[in-house]
Amino acid sequence: MAEVQLVELAHARSGDKGDTANVGLIVYDEEDYPIVLEMVTPDRVKEHFKDMVKGPVERFRLDNLHAVNFLLHGALDGGGTVSLMTDAQGKVFSTALLRMGIEVPDEVAERVRGRGRVPDGRTGDRR
Amino acid sequence: MTVAHAGSRDGSQAPANAGRSGHGTPAGTVRVAGGQGFWGDDLEAPVRQVEGGDIDYLMLDYLAEVTMSIMQKQRSRDPRAGYARDFVALMERIFPACMERGIKVVTNAGGVNPAECARAVAEAGRGAGAGGRARVGVVTGDDLMDRLDELLASGHPLDNMETGQPLAAIRDRVRSANVYLGARPIVAALDAGATVVVTGRSTDTALTYGPLAREFGWPWDAWDLLASGVVAGHINECGAQASGGNCSAEWWSIPDLAGVGFPIIEASPGGNFVVTKHEGTGGAVNLRTVKEQILYEMGDPSSYITPDVVADFTTIRLSDEGGDRVGVHGIRGRPPTPSLKVSVAYSAGFKAVGTLVYAWPDAAAKARAAATILRERLDRLGLAFDRVLVELVGWDATHGHLAGDPPPDLPEVELRVGVRGTNRASVERFTREVAPLVLTGPPSVTGFAGGRPRVQEIVAYWPALIDRRVVEPRVAVDVVEV
Repeated sequence: MAEVQLVELAHARSGDKGDTANVGLIVYDEEDYPIVLEMVTPDRVKEHFKDMVKGPVERFRLDNLHAVNFLLHGALDGGGTVSLMTDAQGKVFSTALLRMGIEVPDEVAERVRGRGRVPDGRTGDRR
Repeated sequence: MTVAHAGSRDGSQAPANAGRSGHGTPAGTVRVAGGQGFWGDDLEAPVRQVEGGDIDYLMLDYLAEVTMSIMQKQRSRDPRAGYARDFVALMERIFPACMERGIKVVTNAGGVNPAECARAVAEAGRGAGAGGRARVGVVTGDDLMDRLDELLASGHPLDNMETGQPLAAIRDRVRSANVYLGARPIVAALDAGATVVVTGRSTDTALTYGPLAREFGWPWDAWDLLASGVVAGHINECGAQASGGNCSAEWWSIPDLAGVGFPIIEASPGGNFVVTKHEGTGGAVNLRTVKEQILYEMGDPSSYITPDVVADFTTIRLSDEGGDRVGVHGIRGRPPTPSLKVSVAYSAGFKAVGTLVYAWPDAAAKARAAATILRERLDRLGLAFDRVLVELVGWDATHGHLAGDPPPDLPEVELRVGVRGTNRASVERFTREVAPLVLTGPPSVTGFAGGRPRVQEIVAYWPALIDRRVVEPRVAVDVVEV
């Protein structure tokens, strides 16, 4: 077994509904969906965020899209216009989740290693 | 003239459009282009959508949750204001092309003053040579502000959906109250010959599935068809977020975001549709970009509730057809709930945020020391706040404790301190305590040229439900001749 970061297995987008942030997590390779289901549980996500998420964590499966949706309740300091946070609308909560470490079989680690990050020798500037 | 009450059309009827003679697109399909994802989105995008290829409808979403309260404030100062003026400026530009190509426009730009917005659009149309050849449909009845006391008195408590508190607790601080309307009034406006439809608080998705329901003659109990339209609307409503913008999957490989093409829904009568964009535009439409947008602002995916149908997002089937085309099918829906959602905005105190930048060495340690000094001074002044938040932008502002301890060689960090409270004077005094840190706190500090932080009134969002039977009879559709 080896540890990879979730960012190597999945991509994600997040948004808000009041004081709740949502994170939609989508695996790059369908074969990795069971790993995400097993490893990225609501309890594990709650433990990952600690006091960043004051309320419960809910998880919904979208097997059809090989994706899961997390609702992180009480994550946005009141949310919207009330919140004092830089990320008042939870736009980048997804990236904080993608930091999570995940134990995977060696062959999976080998396949996904380095994914989700700008490749060596490339920059974001395409000019 | 008032032509219809929403919901007056029932059951099935002959399709308005039995099939389009496509210009390179499949016959029988209808193309609804997304042109704005929010008030402030790319101003050129809707122009590209109209001029860059074949479309039947242009939908423009201008309203976020608190936008209505901003517009309400504008209208209280000027009875002719209270809508997205950007939309009128846009129509001045695209009216001729829309007329020539037969493109209809559907938007919620009307805000809290759809009638005035429609009047301004009609005037823009006459200026653009569309006089006598266009009609602007106006949807009203979403504004509950004048009915609030009557509703509260007659057993509609408008409890906050998140906290359970009754609206009476904040009644005197309410700034706006609007109910989310669905697609029926939009269809009624189109049936009455409108070429431009202006609504107030409609659901974002209705701006896309309204045109589809009308063109295909979808009955109001065809749950799967309506649910397909809702999914199409959800994909379409945030502009380029469906076509390569803000996509976290290998973002560096998405081509030409400078000229990003906004999404287009190419729908078939049976509910299947393709997400695509105009040829020759930048960005990308693929499984990754579409999946990310499907999950955006998602709650329980099996119950995506709208006024017209509850869509089950766990039934969506996607297929990548290549060439920036993603097929969507298989969607199931079920009947809507007896309630409609109300968006109330209310005054909830004041806030201010101040920032300073600290430099190497030990930038983070300096910033944290400065924050401690600032808090001590606020305490000594006897200022009380509901909340004080300290963030280090460049270290922990977005990832909190997950960022770990900042290294001493961090080149710089921005200290960001926010306060919130009900006492305006306390928040005001806070704004005068930030700059003094420059000469009275830790060294190597800069970035204060922006001046004193601004006190902002907090206009907060209060989601509630209301029995649809007290709303729907008041929804009306008028048509203004251009």
